Amino acid sequence: MAGEASKALSNDVLWGGGRSPFSISYGKLMMWFFLVSDALTFSGLLVAYGFARHAVMDPWPIGEEVFRALPFLHGSYPLIYVALMTAILIFSSVTMVLAVEAGHRMDKKGVIKWLFLTVIGGAFFVGSQAWEWSHFIHGGGGYITAQDGAKYWVHNDTHDTHDPANAAGFHLVKAAPGHYLIGDHNSEGGHVEGAEAKALWDDKVAYIDGANMVRNEYGPPQYGNFFFFITGFHGFHVFSGVIVNIIVLSMVVKGVFHRRGHYEMVEKAGLYWHFVDLVWVFVFTFFYLL
Amino acid sequence: MERDDIIEYSLEAHHSEEAGRKIRKNIWQVTLLMAIITTVEVALGAYWKEWFPGSWGMVKWTFIVLTLVKATYIVMSFMHLGDERRNIRAIILLPYGLFILYLLFIAIWESNYVYRMLELFL
Repeated sequence: MAGEASKALSNDVLWGGGRSPFSISYGKLMMWFFLVSDALTFSGLLVAYGFARHAVMDPWPIGEEVFRALPFLHGSYPLIYVALMTAILIFSSVTMVLAVEAGHRMDKKGVIKWLFLTVIGGAFFVGSQAWEWSHFIHGGGGYITAQDGAKYWVHNDTHDTHDPANAAGFHLVKAAPGHYLIGDHNSEGGHVEGAEAKALWDDKVAYIDGANMVRNEYGPPQYGNFFFFITGFHGFHVFSGVIVNIIVLSMVVKGVFHRRGHYEMVEKAGLYWHFVDLVWVFVFTFFYLL
Repeated sequence: MERDDIIEYSLEAHHSEEAGRKIRKNIWQVTLLMAIITTVEVALGAYWKEWFPGSWGMVKWTFIVLTLVKATYIVMSFMHLGDERRNIRAIILLPYGLFILYLLFIAIWESNYVYRMLELFL
């Protein structure tokens, strides 16, 4: 595999000049340096997330309670959608490593096939993230804060968020203590309907529906901010990766690398692509699972 | 514009059809392992309340360990860092490892302090 042939070099020859002591090309080395610096950026974001979560006194939302929806389906599927996104990204990482392997055999057709599948996987991931953002921003009906500070989830039959109090089936569900998203359905006074619900609605201190940079219905404001920044920054990386892969793919099709005698450009694009996958593995754990 | 003073290190990475078969088999094995780990993670995340009542801390550490296992396979196998020379492995992993440990230490220490101060004065 990569660098195998040069492993036998003795240390005297290695540092004697004339060749890279790392047995690695300039381009690949610089890609690694870039990835280390980029990894530190993402680490900074995730560590800052951990800091905020640790320091904030309000209860922090749990991933399985926030991300439980699937497109076109009703009901609760905790984390299934995110798991699907993770699977897509890991699979596109696999097709990328197969493209690199095909390049090492100068198999142009193989490189085209696997690189094309990688582009498809990346596009699917970016699309999935767009849906998740849309779902996160629109929210699930929102909650009101009553005069006594208690939180009530707003429900109605038509999912009307502009004038929910006058929509059919309007009722309120008191939020369970310590949770933002779980309604206290079973306890006494947990379920409020009719005139009582209308009175609570008219006297409300605040109505928060969906998410933006200032507030969100899922938890403390920092939660929404970190969601947008971490997944947004990662999504931007995936988007750039897809563009890079498309450019490299078109060069492979034109036969640029075949004439050059090696497919190292696929390897470099691959390093970046695997890095994007690597970051997502950490985002998945620290943002969604923990 | 051919230059003869540039060593094409990537040529050393070329391998035969036979070696390729072995490498592909290894790639699919790693893939299977990662799929299993992700499935376990999702199952734990979705059902930990029923399976391990009151032991969220243990599940958390399981997640972190499994994530590190996955990350090791991505970096060492998919990114081929395991096949590079030892010196390149060291200059990539050591500075990053040192810095991230420091960053984690400082964040946990400071956030504990901020939490205690909020507790005291709010």
